[in-house]
Amino acid sequence: MKYLLLFIGTVITNNFVLVQFLGICPFIGVSKQVTTSLGMGAATTFVMVVSALVSWLIQHFILVPLNLEYLQIVSFILVIASLVQLVEMFLHKSSPGLYRAMGIFLPLITTNCAVLGLALNAVERSYNLGESLIYGLGAGVGFTVALLLLAGIREELEFADIPKPFKGAGIALIIAGLLSLAFSGFAGMI
Amino acid sequence: MNRLSKDLLRGLWNENPTFRLLIGLCPTLGVTTSAFYGLGMALATAFVLICSSALISMLKKVIPEKVRIPAYIIIIATFVTIISFLLQAYLPDLYTALGVFIPLIVVNCIILGRAEAYASKMPVLLSIFDAFAMGLGFTWALTLLGSIRELLGTGKVFGVQILPDGFTPWAIMSSPPGAFLTLGFLLALVNLISDKVAKSISASRPKPTD
Repeated sequence: MKYLLLFIGTVITNNFVLVQFLGICPFIGVSKQVTTSLGMGAATTFVMVVSALVSWLIQHFILVPLNLEYLQIVSFILVIASLVQLVEMFLHKSSPGLYRAMGIFLPLITTNCAVLGLALNAVERSYNLGESLIYGLGAGVGFTVALLLLAGIREELEFADIPKPFKGAGIALIIAGLLSLAFSGFAGMI
Repeated sequence: MNRLSKDLLRGLWNENPTFRLLIGLCPTLGVTTSAFYGLGMALATAFVLICSSALISMLKKVIPEKVRIPAYIIIIATFVTIISFLLQAYLPDLYTALGVFIPLIVVNCIILGRAEAYASKMPVLLSIFDAFAMGLGFTWALTLLGSIRELLGTGKVFGVQILPDGFTPWAIMSSPPGAFLTLGFLLALVNLISDKVAKSISASRPKPTD
């Protein structure tokens, strides 16, 4: 039950993108089509879950025993960067089709601040291994949900008559604001 | 001189990271509930940007092409650790308020972007100046966004009461939706101004060159 609440809380009430402002760059940049956002969301979710696991192991078996907590930022970002590289190499060998479909989005996951933010937050809140994994999964699913919602609306916007200065990112941000308003309605639910 | 003013203008307006390139958006939206937090966040980012641009430019012949991105990230992460300790020691209130966004300067695309596009190719002093201009562009954007949100959300700017007491604060401006909406409208305003400027320039010329 505790895990379920943590999961729902991370996906909806504390949505990484719409409530905590993490991962805004891909949220605005890669949300023009539903299919690409789904791929981006899936890849990010995978990296998030694995980096939640690996950063937990590093924190508890390397950094804390050796009193090296000040190396947290450096070591976490290195882990995430190499993890993304690994995913890239694995996909390249195992399913070249998916690899080509993801294209530039794969390396971009490294600079998605939601991934690093997740690792740092999980340590900050001293989650145990199970909670960290659920937290990572929830963050990834929440990111995907936000991305899909925005992409769905933006696909329809192609045919709408928008004032010229608002075209592109301007209207996307205003829609994101309204989505965020809708999500803030969930606040206090859990 | 001409080159320097062009670089400065590029950071402040033409390639302004917030309004033009739309990069580094997470801290832009996340910490601008007040003008002071926006300013503090932007200055911390500018510090990291200037220091890492300088170091990357100095090391551009040493870092092998293939591992340059990890090398840049390590350099940036080092300066982020330094600024995070400095803030924790001297401005603990600001450090607590900015929270996770301080360590997240590491993945701010502005810094890696300038390293890749400018500092890795240009001499040290020019790279420092470019980083300074970009940092300044980021600073005015964040301070403006923070001021607007603080003014409408609390009636104050930098903690000084501006609007009369009878003003009912717009609670939405201090909450997440307000950040998205304010930036969306500011972006439209910037587009509008750029269009007007571009039009008046092309109108003042007898024959368009392009």
